[in-house]
Amino acid sequence: MKVLKKLVDNIKPTFSKGGKLGFLHSTFDAFETFLFVPDHVTKKGVHVRDSIDLKRTMTMVILALMPALLFGMYNTGYQHNLSIGGDMSFWAMFFFGLLKVLPLIIVSYVVGLGVEFIAAQIRGHEVNEGYLVTGMLIPLIMPVDVPLWILALSVIFAVVIGKEVFGGTGMNIWNPALLSRAFVFFAYPSQISGDKIWIEGLSKGEGIVDGFSGATPLANAAAGQDIPSFMDMFIGFIPGSIGETSTLAILIGAALLLFTGIASWKIMFSTFAGGMLTALLLNALAPEGSYMALPAVNHLVMGGFAFGAVFMATDPVTGSQTERGKWIYGFLIGVMAILIRVFNPGYPEGMMLAILLLNTFAPFIDHFVVQSNIKRRLRRAAIK
Amino acid sequence: MSNKILLRKGLNIPIKGSAVNQIARSISPDILAVKPTDFRGLNPKLLVKEGDLVKAGTPILADKKHPEILICSPASGTVKEIVRGEKRKLLQILIQTDKQQEYEPSNAHDICTSGEAKELKETLLSSGLWALIKQRPYGTIADPSKEPKAIFISGFDSAPLAAEMDYAMKNEFDNMQMGVNILSKITKGGVHIGLHADTFAGSPMHRLQKAKIHVFDGPHPVGNVGIQIHHISPINKGEIVWTLDLYALVSIGRLFNKGVFDLRRVIAVAGPKVIKPAYIETLPGIAIKEIADFADTSNEVRYGDEVGVRYISGNILTGDNVGIDGYTGIFHNVITIMAEGNYREMFGWIKPLRSKKFSVSRSYFSWLMPRKKYNLDTNLNGGERAFVVTGVYEKVLPMDILPLYLFKAILAEDIDKMEQLGIYEVIEEDVALCEFVCPSKSDIQDIISRGINNMIKEMS
Repeated sequence: MKVLKKLVDNIKPTFSKGGKLGFLHSTFDAFETFLFVPDHVTKKGVHVRDSIDLKRTMTMVILALMPALLFGMYNTGYQHNLSIGGDMSFWAMFFFGLLKVLPLIIVSYVVGLGVEFIAAQIRGHEVNEGYLVTGMLIPLIMPVDVPLWILALSVIFAVVIGKEVFGGTGMNIWNPALLSRAFVFFAYPSQISGDKIWIEGLSKGEGIVDGFSGATPLANAAAGQDIPSFMDMFIGFIPGSIGETSTLAILIGAALLLFTGIASWKIMFSTFAGGMLTALLLNALAPEGSYMALPAVNHLVMGGFAFGAVFMATDPVTGSQTERGKWIYGFLIGVMAILIRVFNPGYPEGMMLAILLLNTFAPFIDHFVVQSNIKRRLRRAAIK
Repeated sequence: MSNKILLRKGLNIPIKGSAVNQIARSISPDILAVKPTDFRGLNPKLLVKEGDLVKAGTPILADKKHPEILICSPASGTVKEIVRGEKRKLLQILIQTDKQQEYEPSNAHDICTSGEAKELKETLLSSGLWALIKQRPYGTIADPSKEPKAIFISGFDSAPLAAEMDYAMKNEFDNMQMGVNILSKITKGGVHIGLHADTFAGSPMHRLQKAKIHVFDGPHPVGNVGIQIHHISPINKGEIVWTLDLYALVSIGRLFNKGVFDLRRVIAVAGPKVIKPAYIETLPGIAIKEIADFADTSNEVRYGDEVGVRYISGNILTGDNVGIDGYTGIFHNVITIMAEGNYREMFGWIKPLRSKKFSVSRSYFSWLMPRKKYNLDTNLNGGERAFVVTGVYEKVLPMDILPLYLFKAILAEDIDKMEQLGIYEVIEEDVALCEFVCPSKSDIQDIISRGINNMIKEMS
């Protein structure tokens, strides 16, 4: 440890302003603070600070994503095995998935962090840790068969257009990870939609068992076909984006986020409540045999609903920032997600668009909450 | 007993080294400092020069805008040095004290029962004690030409390691009562005193006559007078209230009881680096050197780096880092001594345990040990970032105020919004906990200072 500190001290002047490689000081700084919590002390204001910082916060979110990621890897292998009618062992399936998913994660981080470092360098800011989470979220909401070049492009789009043009982490309007997914969806519809992309190998036409479609339960439901059992969908043995299939794994992550207080329970709860109530309402109004009649609980375990509610809607930067606003924001995400799912003929999943839509309206919701606070405070003056 | 007001939001920071109820030393200081920087909004005009003889109560500063507001020497002696900083800004006036304390004569005692409001105000002004009365909004020195809605005094300080007021005021009941008598004559709204439910019964304050007692319960910042005002009678646009601390109340009482300008007080010396945390009896403005032997200055190694010691006049949330050569401030009731945090901890942010670190967040395990006291240091524990996480400030600010929006309005210099969102109700100390918990390490108190300065500029 001492040796490392010495080494860092020795090369620091080279990377400081005025040094030979002074232009790289943000990059150096990022690596230094990665190794050591910096020796900065409080200068004005309070003399002590809580031990939490954004690095710690982001680390917790990454930890919370681990169950979904690990299950996603396993499920990639499992679905592949199913599609070729093979008899792979548990570990074979897992490693198959690992090998398919790892490149996506690597590309996401390398490209995304590359853009972040360049942006920080240009601005002379410290490199922000926001991308640590975004970089993990992006592969988890992609179909496993997404070509790496499309993934790289979508990452660049998300970081540059989604974040850096607004001024970096903390300033963005839309969730960057969802923006990357939306980019892929709208820019490459031919490559990246339909029933075959969710399972590794299908789109290349590798040996398919007769009668195996590879469609997601949502697509099936929209088409009026049979869907897997609730338990299968809850545990996650279904086709879908890598990290979204297992509601169980997502709920384990959610428990960590809620326990540490990092994600807002208000948003999570109200999103599920909004989805559930809307689906129940549709059930009540549904004509016999229509999509509207799909049991409400099924909506919550299908597609990206749970993943979106737990990891995307709760993004503090793009979500509602007032405590009351959080209730409304989450609830409307749930409502919109189900409405888009059921009534939009073009696209079976509604969560992505619902969250992006409410990201747009979050400042609007907050505005009303702030106004009501102002009014209440003014009334207080009038009573006296 | 009036109704108890329970505040759930807030935080008591578990730092080691609270003072035990015992006076370790009575200090008659050699040198005293008067610091104009202790008073917000004071535009100081110097009334003495180096070498002048002064008594306790001799004016040494006046406010340029309100020449009737005086700041007086706490002790008799000689003006030793006038210390100026950048742009000749007046920083402190050092006074070499005599062995024998001599007081400026005052007629205060003669009018303590018969005096009218106007007469009492004038006596307070000419005595120099007026400068200890603060005005809200903004926490400036009270404007004697204004009529306040009421006068508020917090009967306890809930800040970490702050002096326990019940102990510091143990022998001051008569002076406090006299202070309340005087103050209740100069305002129509009366004198309001806030006490804590846990110590209410044993507090000498609860027997005070002519004061309205309010009982509060909850964690810090419940002891901040600003928080108490918010729950008793919030400050709206156009209203003003006055506040003062108990030391000022006692000094006002002494002036009218005995006719002397006497600022002597009992304050705490506390913190993780104090060998035996206890109380001292002293005047305000003493040199930190006088209590230097309280500190444990042995070289401490934290995470492989040697760290220094920080001397703070005041508590760890709002005090000033004055250093070993500094002097205490007049509004501070504790001197805190703690370790600096100038070390580099390898992979600190990702280590799962870090049992020496305290956090409100459950991403650490300090929640498992609610009774543990920590040897905290001054490390920033991270890098400064933009506002990212939401909902953290609200948990430590027991007011009907949207803190994030207030801070953003200040940063945007939007006067209307600042007004609507509550700039009148807060000063720095009220939001200090927001700064403590902020994961983005923002300088929240500094933001509030900027907002207040901006408002003062706009409104004058």
